[in-house]
Amino acid sequence: MSRLANAFQTNQTNLIPYLVAGYPSVEATIDLIHLLAEEGVTAIELGVPFSDPVADGPIIQLAAEKALSNGITLSDVFAIAQTVRDQGNTIPLILFSYYNPLLSYGLEKVAIDAEKAGFSGFIVPDLPYEESDLLRTQLEQVSLDLIPLVAPTSEERVAKIAATAKGFVYCVSSLGTTGVRQSFASNLDSFLQQVRSSSRVPIAVGFGVSTASQVQELRTKADGVIVGSALVKQVTEMEQALCKEDEKQVALNTIRGFVKKLLS
Amino acid sequence: MTKSSSRFGAFGGRFVPETLMNAVLELEQGFESILNDPTFEKEMRDLLVNYSGRPTPLTFAKRLTEFAGGAEIYLKREDLNHTGAHKINNTIGQALLAKKMGKRKLIAETGAGQHGVASATIAALLGMECKVYMGEEDVRRQAQNVFRMELLGAEVVPVTSGSRTLKDATNEAMRAWVAAVEDSFYLIGSAVGPHPYPQMVKYFQRVIGDEARAQMIEQTGSLPTDVVACVGGGSNAIGMFTAFVEDSAVKIHGVEAAGKGLDTNEHAASLSLGRPGVLHGSFSYILHDENGQIIPAHSISAGLDYPGVGPEHAHLKEIGRVRYTAVTDEQAMEAVKLLCRLEGIIPAIESAHALSEAVRLASQGSVAEKILVCLSGRGDKDMGTIREYFQGESE
Ligand SMILES: Cc1ncc(COP(=O)(O)O)c(C=O)c1O
Repeated sequence: MSRLANAFQTNQTNLIPYLVAGYPSVEATIDLIHLLAEEGVTAIELGVPFSDPVADGPIIQLAAEKALSNGITLSDVFAIAQTVRDQGNTIPLILFSYYNPLLSYGLEKVAIDAEKAGFSGFIVPDLPYEESDLLRTQLEQVSLDLIPLVAPTSEERVAKIAATAKGFVYCVSSLGTTGVRQSFASNLDSFLQQVRSSSRVPIAVGFGVSTASQVQELRTKADGVIVGSALVKQVTEMEQALCKEDEKQVALNTIRGFVKKLLS
Repeated sequence: MTKSSSRFGAFGGRFVPETLMNAVLELEQGFESILNDPTFEKEMRDLLVNYSGRPTPLTFAKRLTEFAGGAEIYLKREDLNHTGAHKINNTIGQALLAKKMGKRKLIAETGAGQHGVASATIAALLGMECKVYMGEEDVRRQAQNVFRMELLGAEVVPVTSGSRTLKDATNEAMRAWVAAVEDSFYLIGSAVGPHPYPQMVKYFQRVIGDEARAQMIEQTGSLPTDVVACVGGGSNAIGMFTAFVEDSAVKIHGVEAAGKGLDTNEHAASLSLGRPGVLHGSFSYILHDENGQIIPAHSISAGLDYPGVGPEHAHLKEIGRVRYTAVTDEQAMEAVKLLCRLEGIIPAIESAHALSEAVRLASQGSVAEKILVCLSGRGDKDMGTIREYFQGESE
């Protein structure tokens, strides 16, 4: 069984937080991964900053811009993963990246290096099913999962996408970009049921999940809940403090409080 | 739906979030449904003729030809379209398709505002809502066009992400489309984007080359020796080239913006200096660094100031059918001046890139040769830039 599939079976929190790798710094990202693992999350998505993130809303866009201005590259993201592994952390890590940085790195090399660094799977938001063969083949060589996205508008596409899914199926809970939202697609329940019935792997739901009560609600409907912008927003609020040795602990505690609330 | 048609050789495809896939597939069906629809064709022809003023003339540039001292130069006058450029051909086609598909809201991106103005224009004509995404930097530089769009009833949304220019406006337009996919139509401004956009934009722009080819034969008795067009995203170029691609004797030249020079970092020459990658939904030549991060382009002409290019151009380059070259800001501005003084035509700075290359080719050619240039637009929109440039030069 893949590390991810195993995590869904053994972990009860069902929470999959998203971090922008290298934001606000490489060290802070490492601290945050440890923190999230300590709180018992199921897996962590590490977002590779990209100059043109069409699927992301303003909070993640801005964080990615800052990470890029710090010079963060895919190699740095691998180094972050390697470091937490070397420090004994076994939390499943998922690489979240737009396609172009992967293409530039080379699909074969990216699969090999991601596996070496300890990643379990990939999410590529601008790589729909029809274009995914090349990457999937490379990931299969190293037994990494290509986690597909499905949307409430996917309709008859759901079946074929879910059929080839590895790791889990990422269900987009609302149309639009990632971001903090009050409400989800009106047909969310029937959509999740549809995905569930065509999928042999767990289903996780995300895009716009921001409050503890939303997490509570969605946990009962899916095997995992992805929290991105809401967490990155917390990181943004603590951006300065996270990078100062004497203020870091207070900042991390604040973020820990937020995560605990999500899990309560 | 044919999978093969989404590619031009290795290029093209459909690299969009799953949230857009259904919209893109629906668009593909809509596009395919008009291909053999005489009613649609008739409605489109009517607007092209009676609203935009087609066919646009073919002008023999006599004095420019004498100046170059070699081959004859002919201008395809897309500058004489309503709103001043070829962009209207595409917006007429796409807006009519939107209407046919039951979408009442148009979303568009714009750099300088030329495509934004053409979109706002057609939205007004057809009684549709229109939102134009425009980088904050361009909103500032092109205040006149922002006012024009607003006057025509469109809403201009300033985009503050990334480099705040055309590429970021395109990102934001795609995001807006995802959020409003049920009732909105994304009216893309060039031969870029995910399939079927590059095919569709070519279909709506090929009228340029179809007319020009017939006009060359009628006015001169034969095909041109060379065909030249500027390449931003590549819509006027693909519209011009398509009619000649099968004429193997005709040499075809695409002209990108070399900005401050191909040896500087400030250019927009995706085909000349970029490498293949994915931007805005298709696999083509793009400007990006070794980590796959997109590099902002530079050109004095906002319409060429884009770090990507339509995938069919990547293919035409790869198979060697079209020669792609680049012209600097300085060379283009020189050509602006030439056309003003010798022909009494103020060209768009974009089009002046093609002119500059045409004059160079003509000066090397023999009098028996004929060079056809796509004069994609007029320079009214560029008055501020042109004035500033020549003032700066004379100081
Ligand atoms: C007059 C004119 N020519 C050319 C272009 C470049 O676009 P394309 O390469 O799609 O023809 C523009 C774009 O705004 C334009 O306004």
